Amino acid sequence: MGGWAIAVHGGAGVDPILPNERQEEAKRLLTRCLDIGISALRSNLSAIDVVELVVRELETDPLFNSGRGSALTEKGTVEMEASIMDGPKRRCGAVSGLTTVKNPISLARLVMDKTPHSYLGFAGAEEFARKQGVELVDNEYFITEDNVGMLKLAKEANSILFDYRIPTLTTCGGGAAMENQLQMNGLPISLYAPETVGCVVVDKQGHCAAATSTGGLMNKMTGRIGDSPLIGSGTYACDLVAVSCTGEGEAIIRSTLAREVAAVMEYKGLNLHEAVDYVIKTRLDEGKAGLIAVSKNGEVACGFNTTGMFRGCATEDGFLEVGVW
Amino acid sequence: MGWAISVHGGAGDIPLSLPPEKRLPREAGLRRCLDVGIAALKAHNHPLDVVELVVRELENNPHFNAGKGSVLTTSGTVEMEACIMDGKTMKCGAVSGVSTVVNAISLARLVMDKTPHIYLAFDGAEAFAREQGLETVEMSHFITPENIERLKQAQEADRVQLDYTQPIQKEVPKDAALADGDSQIGTVGCVAVDNEGNLATATSTGGIVNKMVGRIGDTPIIGAGTYANHLCAVSATGRGEAIIRGTIARDVAAVMEFKGLSLKEAAAYVIDQVPRGNAGLVAVSSTGEVAMPFNTTGMFRACATEDGYSEIAIWDSPTK
Repeated sequence: MGGWAIAVHGGAGVDPILPNERQEEAKRLLTRCLDIGISALRSNLSAIDVVELVVRELETDPLFNSGRGSALTEKGTVEMEASIMDGPKRRCGAVSGLTTVKNPISLARLVMDKTPHSYLGFAGAEEFARKQGVELVDNEYFITEDNVGMLKLAKEANSILFDYRIPTLTTCGGGAAMENQLQMNGLPISLYAPETVGCVVVDKQGHCAAATSTGGLMNKMTGRIGDSPLIGSGTYACDLVAVSCTGEGEAIIRSTLAREVAAVMEYKGLNLHEAVDYVIKTRLDEGKAGLIAVSKNGEVACGFNTTGMFRGCATEDGFLEVGVW
Repeated sequence: MGWAISVHGGAGDIPLSLPPEKRLPREAGLRRCLDVGIAALKAHNHPLDVVELVVRELENNPHFNAGKGSVLTTSGTVEMEACIMDGKTMKCGAVSGVSTVVNAISLARLVMDKTPHIYLAFDGAEAFAREQGLETVEMSHFITPENIERLKQAQEADRVQLDYTQPIQKEVPKDAALADGDSQIGTVGCVAVDNEGNLATATSTGGIVNKMVGRIGDTPIIGAGTYANHLCAVSATGRGEAIIRGTIARDVAAVMEFKGLSLKEAAAYVIDQVPRGNAGLVAVSSTGEVAMPFNTTGMFRACATEDGYSEIAIWDSPTK
């Protein structure tokens, strides 16, 4: 018990037939991020600095759905969002609708540290970024060929599925595009790209922090906000615990998933593992999602009801694990 | 059991010396909205329709900080946000950064009913409103002389304070009551339950005076300013940043569920956890209870239950 702990994720909901090469690439990135975080923790950086550092790394790498490599809106553009929360005093910062900010998580941090507000969006957020002198790039920088291809397929799939709310169970006329029936948010899992990224940390002082960043849902309406920037849904940290979630945004919002973990610990006295288990099992209903969490006691836990979650975790006593399934 | 409804027009540092010309129109507004809600419940409308109807009324009333009468951003513009949630299905809808839609709460309802998403903002929300044929107007429609004055005073007060590049202590509420006796904080909301236990909540606001363009508050954040499940429906008001960090609306339901407290006890408990002067809320439970606690000087509020009880108040007992 005690000591630092860190967990990172690159999204819940993995295509069961994801090529090995992609899985290895993901594990390499997660390992690299863990190493960066561990190094920072050993150098006595505080939890809030570590989560920002690690998520910046995840945003910069085009592999997952955040920063560069973000999923595309229905218009083929990128709109990013992120949030960060510092357990002591529960300070928080969030941003949405970013189109030119290279590292959304750092802008969220600035909202927390440099404004009287908790959340800035769209043009106002971009203006704030300009004033703060953070690194800005063209929207094209964030767009990858992979995602352009995925968007095209997602649009085709949607025209076959016609209404995401109608459950398409066994018989689906989609044919070739629907080899596996797994779906999230109405899209075949191979196109869904739920690879939001996040990091939770407890430092040597027992302080917890959480950070989450994403490009959002593939083919989303412009202006759509998901769970990642919403405190209590995609991100939460308090004295006891820090949580970052990923998966079907709407399901995570409805269940205020991140806050839920902390609430059952606070009000029901469950420990971290019991809390994560309980919340994943009972609070998601039909929704598909996953989360990572650390407690002030140096414990780390992940839970998901999807087919997999890209994740890595490590604790001060030497435990280290990176996984997909 | 039985139906119940509660309405608020904002919690804040409402001075006891509030002059009649500021107090009476708001009391009348609350009374009218309460009556509209009661009539709708008696006519067996679903609580979701009732809360939307009542909040539309409050948005149209220029004396409250929502829709017409919204406070202004630092640029003198209006950016409204709203949120609606159904306790039984847990479906919800939210909008932010709305500047031309006459009734933001109805736009939030459409996001819930007509899109696969929960939350739309700024240009995307405005475009969706037009697609749906919602009533839109010039932004000037929402701007009132009182709010232009409020902005002016806030900007003058700010010049004496820190500028945005300095770290600001969010814990200390910096809304001193203005010279004309008006609180800067405000939001409107309505919660309702019918006699079958169906719950719903709706909240709408212009935000805080002199806010940064693009600032989003607690209102559209599910679990912060707005929340409903099978136990209760909650709508909060006050300093957005404190309500967000305290996940106020969600916590009322969580405390009922996990600690077994009654609605009144849970609501009072949650408000107590927030630093003084920062928050208030209205809530109803599935069994027809009502709670309207606040830790500010006052909260414009009203409620009614099927057994004939009704109340309209601004100050008085802080934890009811």
